[in-house]
Amino acid sequence: MSAVTAPSRPPRGAGVMPDTPGWARWANDHRKWLFAAPAMAFVAALIIFPLAWTVYLSLTDSSGSVRAESEFIGLRNYLDVLSDTARFWPAVGRTAAFTGVALLVEVVLGMAIALLLWRPFRGERWVRVAILLPLVATPVAVGMMWRLIFDPNIGMANQVLGWVGIGPQPWLAGQHTALPTTIFIDIWQWTPMVVLILLAGLTSLSDEPQEAAMIDGASAWQRFRHVTLPLLMPTVIVAVLLRGIDALKTFDILYATKGRGGGSFHEVETLNVYAYGLSFDYNEYGLSSTVLILFFLIIIGLMWVLTARRKKEEAAR
Amino acid sequence: MRASAGFRVFRAVALVVVVLSLLLPLIWMVAASFKTNVDIYDSSKALVFTPTLGNYETVLQQANYLQFIFNSLWVAFAATVLSLLLGVPAAYSMSRFNMRKSALVVLMARVIPGVSLLVPWYYVFSNLRMVGGFTVLILSHMFVSLPLIVYIMMGFFDGLPDELEEAALVDGLTNIGAFRRITLPLSVPGIATAGILSFIFSWNNFMFALVLSGADTKTLPVAIFDFVGYASIDWGGLMAATTVVTLPIMVIALFVQKYIVSGLTAGATKG
Repeated sequence: MSAVTAPSRPPRGAGVMPDTPGWARWANDHRKWLFAAPAMAFVAALIIFPLAWTVYLSLTDSSGSVRAESEFIGLRNYLDVLSDTARFWPAVGRTAAFTGVALLVEVVLGMAIALLLWRPFRGERWVRVAILLPLVATPVAVGMMWRLIFDPNIGMANQVLGWVGIGPQPWLAGQHTALPTTIFIDIWQWTPMVVLILLAGLTSLSDEPQEAAMIDGASAWQRFRHVTLPLLMPTVIVAVLLRGIDALKTFDILYATKGRGGGSFHEVETLNVYAYGLSFDYNEYGLSSTVLILFFLIIIGLMWVLTARRKKEEAAR
Repeated sequence: MRASAGFRVFRAVALVVVVLSLLLPLIWMVAASFKTNVDIYDSSKALVFTPTLGNYETVLQQANYLQFIFNSLWVAFAATVLSLLLGVPAAYSMSRFNMRKSALVVLMARVIPGVSLLVPWYYVFSNLRMVGGFTVLILSHMFVSLPLIVYIMMGFFDGLPDELEEAALVDGLTNIGAFRRITLPLSVPGIATAGILSFIFSWNNFMFALVLSGADTKTLPVAIFDFVGYASIDWGGLMAATTVVTLPIMVIALFVQKYIVSGLTAGATKG
């Protein structure tokens, strides 16, 4: 394609024809920001500015109508929220339980399934399709689907339990069973995501360390524990990071199965559901913003810990 | 590497269990959508029943779902196209000029809880009397699709060697010309991946539409949510509605499986 005498890396604007109009020349020289600026401006307008406003709102007593006057009250919302043992701290606990349990099961199960799929086999294509389907299904619809299956009276879940001689369970309707049931739904829908990420990681590993360990007589478990897992660790952390952030922010499944306030006893009220309810069911914008800022800080903190861990893993290699 | 016979049997059994636990609930949902409510309540009719289209008639005719299907399609399509227009050049610049800090700002959108943006948006847009319109809905969905597109496309451009562009410069194209005539055509697989995923995420989005849509602009997930909340649930109708929203996306997924997988796992394996 290129001329024989051409330098391998032409200087800036070298290719611009002499008859190129001035504005095109200018655009070409400033393309870095010309390309990036619209997206950056959009993000600034829709994210950074609202975020700043949320910080401001969290320092006011804004509530009721969005057009109502509000007063600056300093850190009082923060004191109120942090001393609120009726709603805020239980919501923190539920968020932690939901995310912790779902994430743990999803990673362990996801790893097991990814290992099963690692080596080629017949019918692989169909298994992969099955794994993809829950992942792309609309979460609200998934919530409704499980609502029917877990219905205490007509649901399939209690039918199946009946066949093996276990009595009916209240599932989503029970005060203590609702949260575990929603965790189950999350696991059903999102384990495939972990499988796909880990499988991509496994496929990118080279076979040599495995073969060397095999020649040394390592058992399958030893090979996984001491060869595959350490090599895969950066990918595992990415999976935990991506899935963890989304699990913390879970809303659709919880709201679709239990509605406002996470049910009548707030059984599944996580921080996100709580903040949503404060804003749009009770119009307590000031308080809601405070909860959101605290929630955001928690997410950033956890991400920071995980990214630091990933950097350490990479440095160790 | 060859697997032993014992492992292959174990793997076959385990995979059958995995596939069944993933598919049976979905099959159950679709089956229920073809049952009368009497049959849904009757456990002896779990698998053998006389299929009916009654639920779909209820949903599509009485409940105005054709309008909601159109709304969902329009919002997801517009949000995806606009995000591609903004996101692809931005991702190109961020990749080629190594603008990692700027990229981080855009990707922050993936981390922020959506509710914290909804409150200020609701503030601003209800004062502008725009809540309930398509514009607000599309803008809010772009908040999901733009970072996704930037993220996927940055990974794609990072892996695209710049020798071809340099050759084009030597041949007399401007940098922008090289981007338009050389890089973009080569990026079609990446753009397809980003576009498909963006469409799916927008189609599935619930929370933004729950707050920002009106009676005429309601998207399918909100319509499904509104289906319950009355005294007793019309399970047949509800399952028909959930099938209407999930089936198209699952059929699409069957055809473009490769793209979806590469999009979802983008950036997961590189250092």
